[in-house]
Amino acid sequence: MSGNRLIAMARKELIQIRRDPRSLLIALLMPIMQLLLLGYGISLDAKHIPVYAYDQEGSQDSQALLKRFQASEYFNLVTTVDNYPQLADAIDSDRCKLGIVIPFDFSERLRDTGTTAVQAIVDGTDDNTANLAMGYARAVISGFSGEFQRDWLARQGLPVGGGGPPVSVDTRVWFNEDLESRNFFIPGIVALVMALVGALLTSLTVAREWERGTMEQLISTPVTPKEVMFGKLIPYFAIGMLDALLCLVMGVWWFEVPFRGTLFSLFTTTALFLIVVLGVGFMISVGIRSQLGASQIALLVTLLPTSLLSGYAFPIDQMPAPVRAITYLVYSRYYVTILKAIFLKGVGIRALSGPVFALSVYAVAVGWFAMRAFRKTLDQ
Amino acid sequence: MMITGDQPASAVSVEARDLVKRFGEFTAVDGVSFSAARGEILGFLGPNGAGKSTIIRILCGLLRPTSGKATVAGFDVAAKPEIVRQHIGYMSQKFSLYNDLQVIENLRFFAGLYSVPRNLVDSRIRAALAMAGLAGHERDLTRTLAGGWKQRLALGCAVLHRPAILFLDEPTSGVDPISRRLFWDLIHDMAASGVTVFVSTHYMDEAEYCNRLALINRGRIVASGAPTELKRHLSKGALLLAKCEPLGPALELLRYHPDVLEAAVFGNALHLTVRDAGAAIAALPQFLAEHSIRCTGLREISPTLEDVFVELTGGRVRDAEVRPE
Repeated sequence: MSGNRLIAMARKELIQIRRDPRSLLIALLMPIMQLLLLGYGISLDAKHIPVYAYDQEGSQDSQALLKRFQASEYFNLVTTVDNYPQLADAIDSDRCKLGIVIPFDFSERLRDTGTTAVQAIVDGTDDNTANLAMGYARAVISGFSGEFQRDWLARQGLPVGGGGPPVSVDTRVWFNEDLESRNFFIPGIVALVMALVGALLTSLTVAREWERGTMEQLISTPVTPKEVMFGKLIPYFAIGMLDALLCLVMGVWWFEVPFRGTLFSLFTTTALFLIVVLGVGFMISVGIRSQLGASQIALLVTLLPTSLLSGYAFPIDQMPAPVRAITYLVYSRYYVTILKAIFLKGVGIRALSGPVFALSVYAVAVGWFAMRAFRKTLDQ
Repeated sequence: MMITGDQPASAVSVEARDLVKRFGEFTAVDGVSFSAARGEILGFLGPNGAGKSTIIRILCGLLRPTSGKATVAGFDVAAKPEIVRQHIGYMSQKFSLYNDLQVIENLRFFAGLYSVPRNLVDSRIRAALAMAGLAGHERDLTRTLAGGWKQRLALGCAVLHRPAILFLDEPTSGVDPISRRLFWDLIHDMAASGVTVFVSTHYMDEAEYCNRLALINRGRIVASGAPTELKRHLSKGALLLAKCEPLGPALELLRYHPDVLEAAVFGNALHLTVRDAGAAIAALPQFLAEHSIRCTGLREISPTLEDVFVELTGGRVRDAEVRPE
C-alpha cells in the first residue's frame, strides 16, 4: 500500500463529503434527529394514566380511596361519572385508560365483613400500559386496605402489629435505579444510529463513482483496490467516531442517562463496531452500482435487524428460541449489549469479552470480504 | 509544452494480437491485431459501437479480453495491469474527473494516485494548468468549466506522471472546433516528445491528423495505414461528385446503373465510384435526364476517408448501425 495514494484517496473523499449536502445531513443531522425522535418517542413508562371513576356510593370511605388515586403520580383522576354507559363511552373514545367502579355497598360491606371489592376496567388495547395500570391500581388499593385494616385494628384496641404482611420483598434495582425506560433505550438508540449512519454513508461512496462515471478514470490509475477501500473508509471512520461522541454528549447531557463506563472502553468497542458497519456499507456499495439502490439496501440490512433483533428495545430473552438464534447473526446485538453495559453498569472491556470477541470475529470476516469485493475492472 | 515519456528502448510500445472481446452473445471486438511504435499517433476511426472504446479499454486493463493478447510498454496487460497502468494515461469517452472538486484538487488527487514525486508535483501541476489554459482558475469547481477546458484538464490529469503511452477515447466529442484544434496541437506536441498516442474518433477531419489509422467496423479492423495510403486504397475506379434534383430517386437509379460501382449521399450531393470517369461524365447526365432528374453538376473529385470507409464497409461512419458500447 502506498501512503501517497492512500492520503490522496482519503483527502479527495473528505472534500467530496464536505461538498455533498446529503452526506453531511446523514453524518451530522441524522444522529441528532434520531436520538431526539427515538429518545422522546419511545417510552415504556406509564405516568398520569387518565382514570374515570364511577362512585356508586359516594361515602367517606369511597372518597378516601379515590383521593389515593388522585394522589398517585401514576394516575390522573379526570372526573367521576354517574353510570356505566358514560364510563364505557370514555374508554371507547380514549378519554381514559382505567375506570374504577366503587359499588353502592362499599363501606357497608367493608365495615361489616371486613372485605369488599372494587371493579377496575382497563383498556387492554395497549397491553404494556394496561399491565402497568393494573399493577399500579392494585398497589393503590392495597395501600388503602392496609391503612383501613390498621385503623380498624386500632379502633378495636387490638395490637397493630408490624402493619404489613408477614413476609415482604425489599426490592433494590441495580443499574437503572428508577427503572427509567429511557436509560434502557438510549444506549440502544446509539447503536442504532451508529449502524445506520455508518452503513448509509459508505453505501454511497463506491456507487457514486460508478454513477458519475469517475470510476473509469480512477481504475485506470495504479491505485490498488485496498488503497481505494481504506482511503475511502478512513474519513467515514472519523465521522463515525465523531457521531459516537455526539451521541454520548446528547445521551448524558440532554437525556441525563448515566454514563458509568470509561471513554476508553466506549471508543474501542465503537471502533470495532464501525469496522463491521463500514465494511458492510462498502460491500453494498461495491455490489450495487447506483446510489439510490445501495442506500436502500443499506437501510434494509441495517435498520430492520438492528431495530428488531438487536435487543435495543425488544429484549432478546423474551423472543422465541428460533428468533433468539437468529439474533446471534445480527452484529448490532453485541454492540447493544456492550453499550448498555458500559453506560449503565460501567463495566470494562474484560467483563464484555464475549460480545467483544463476537464483534472482532465479525470485523475480521467483513474486512476480509470487503477487501476482496472491489475489483478494478469494468467487466461485470 | 514538452512531455517526455520515460519508456523502454523498444521501438514497439503497444502490440495487440488477435484480441477478441465478447459481452454475452455480442462480439464487440472480433480478432483485432495491430502494433504502434514510440511517438506514433494511431487513430481508430469508426462509427459508434464499432468496438473502438472496447479495444482501448482492453489496452488499459479495464476489460479482460476474451482471448488474444495485448502488450503495452512491454508488459502483458492481462497479467500485469498495475505495472501497465503506471506507464499509461487514459481519457475515457465520458468526462470522468470529479465535478465536485476544484481544478487544483483534481490535479492533486491524480498526482497522488500516480505517485508523482513530491518535489515534482508543483511543477507538473503548473505545466498541466498552463497546457489546459486554466492558470488562474485553480479554485474553480470543475463542474463550472466549459467543455473544451474540461477536456484539456482531463488530458492534464492523464499526463501528470509523464506516461509513455496515452489512450484517448473520443477526446473531442462535444467540444467546439477551436478547442478541438487546440487539443490536437497538444497531442502532436506529445507525440513529438516520444509519447505514443492512441485516439479514437468519428470525426473524419481529426482522422487526417493521425500518423496511422485503423478503420474499424463491427469489431474488426477493415483497413489500416497512413491516411494518404488509405485514400489511395480506393483503387477500383474514380470518384465523382454529382449534384442532382431530386436526390433520393437519383440515388436509387444510379445505384443500379452498370457504370456505377458505389453510390452514397454526401451532404446535398452524391458521391459515385465509377470505373471510368470520362465515360461516366459523358453518359450519366443524359441517363438522368431520361428519368426526369436534373443534373446540375458532375465532376471528378479526390476521395476522402469517408469515401474509403463507405467503400470498405458499405456504410457511413456517422450513421452506421448504432449499438451501445
